[in-house]
Amino acid sequence: MRTIAVVGTSLAGLRAAQELRGRGFDGRLVMIGAEPPYDRPPLSKDFLLGKVSADDLALAGQDDLDALAAEWHLGVRAEKLGREGVTLGDGTTVAADGYVIATGAVARTLDAARDLSGIHTLRTLGDAVALKAALAAGPSSVVVIGAGFIGAEVASACRLLGHEVTVVEAMPVPLASVLGARMGAVCGDLHAENDVRLITGVPVAGFDGDGRVTGVRLADGRELLADLVVAGVGARPAIGWLTGSGLAVDDGVLVDSGCVTVNPRVIAVGDVARYRCPLRGGRVRAEHWTAASEQPGVAVANLLAGSTVTHFARHGYFWSDQYGRRLQFAGVATEDVRIAEGDVASKRFVATYHRGDVLAGVFAIDSPRPFTRLRRALRSLGEPRR
Amino acid sequence: MIRACSVSELPEGEALRLPGPVPVSVFHAEGAYYALDDTCSHQDASLADGWIEGCYVECPLHAARFDLRTGAPDCLPAKNAVRTYPVVIADGVIYVDTEARQEVA
Ligand SMILES: Cc1cc2nc3c(=O)[nH]c(=O)nc-3n(C[C@H](O)[C@H](O)[C@H](O)COP(=O)(O)OP(=O)(O)OC[C@H]3O[C@@H](n4cnc5c(N)ncnc54)[C@H](O)[C@@H]3O)c2cc1C
Ligand code: FES
Repeated sequence: MRTIAVVGTSLAGLRAAQELRGRGFDGRLVMIGAEPPYDRPPLSKDFLLGKVSADDLALAGQDDLDALAAEWHLGVRAEKLGREGVTLGDGTTVAADGYVIATGAVARTLDAARDLSGIHTLRTLGDAVALKAALAAGPSSVVVIGAGFIGAEVASACRLLGHEVTVVEAMPVPLASVLGARMGAVCGDLHAENDVRLITGVPVAGFDGDGRVTGVRLADGRELLADLVVAGVGARPAIGWLTGSGLAVDDGVLVDSGCVTVNPRVIAVGDVARYRCPLRGGRVRAEHWTAASEQPGVAVANLLAGSTVTHFARHGYFWSDQYGRRLQFAGVATEDVRIAEGDVASKRFVATYHRGDVLAGVFAIDSPRPFTRLRRALRSLGEPRR
Repeated sequence: MIRACSVSELPEGEALRLPGPVPVSVFHAEGAYYALDDTCSHQDASLADGWIEGCYVECPLHAARFDLRTGAPDCLPAKNAVRTYPVVIADGVIYVDTEARQEVA
């Protein structure tokens, strides 16, 4: 391959470029990205809290970027992928022999919020800067919609900054789909323990306000005063630009267990990729930092080999920081949850999930050491022997 | 020199964090003792909570691996080394010479 184009220059795209050079690709490397590489997880944590600045979010120093010897098209979107190559918003077309799709995901928005200001989402640095400025203006009451990880982290940051916060969650138990009902409830308790009101089992019906939001209406008729709203209602994969590309897309770019699309010259990595997970049996979009960081190693090896020679078979892992506590989870949640160490009441414990005699997952709050050991046990059990 | 613990308190494959303004940790790996700055150079995890394998410790948060001998990371996301310190064993006690901070590799 003489030219490889990487579309999306955040975590997964940057790692793909690093892997390409690391594995000896010495051809032309074209990096196309709407944004420069930066690290997203701190946006809802230390960045909102003012503990780190935008400069601290860099995923690579200038030296590392220069070492890639790449041709950069930053601040421009890819609009189409076709036979002739990738067409960019500025009219340029980049023809390549291989393509890396790393366009990630975009925050979901609520239709009802369309015509009102004061309603935020949080995905990009721009979003975080805007939210931080809105918080600094001293809102009298903040409503966070969604008690998933982003919602919970935003609520936590707002609370630590001294704001009055209410979290509204449509599901009866927050995070139950990820952590199971029991651990989801434990996470839900963190809000009340930190003087944040959590309302569950009620969807948002709409907003009040004229130009600017003044309140949130719930489906059960309740109305909450709010002069700042943050919607943490998930993300959808950034696949719009792939229409007509001939690639299979369905809630993500469909790839095999080696992150290769139907076309062996095109790979997809990170939040945009829906890969066949050998450990879970089905297709998943990982939507977590570690997967976006690790998939490119596998995918790039396959791209350079011209076919799927290696597979991504890692258990999902993520962490979250809420109210000064560190949450970590790996594997999958099952009904069979046991407390392996610590105690739930003090919010310092490790819980394990089991499928019969087999360890399926681990969740921990403020217990990195035992968590790490159990995560390793999980890894060695789950990783298929080669 | 600060006293870490007795040799018997730190089995192979284990680490101990010595709290202080700059927390330092001692590691027992491959039959030897090493001392490193405890805070990962990437973000804010404690390396003493990490996974020790061979002469490396893997950070418990984002899995950067550091060489216990040099403090240098051998993979992303960490880009910078952590400092290392000389370790002295006397009469079955492990001491760390925190004054002799070694420049980062
Ligand atoms: C606020 C926040 C907090 C998070 N916290 C955690 C956490 O604590 N733990 C954890 O494990 N994960 C966390 N995550 C998830 C993690 O950040 C993502 O999984 C990771 O960023 C995915 O990387 P990616 O490169 O696949 O996608 P993205 O980071 O979404 O990057 C995709 C890039 O492609 C660009 N792009 C999109 N379309 C185009 C186009 N057509 N042309 C050119 N460029 C395009 C985008 O602008 C973007 O820069 C968090 C995410 C957010 C938003
Ligand atoms: S904090 Fe250690 S790798 Fe990120």
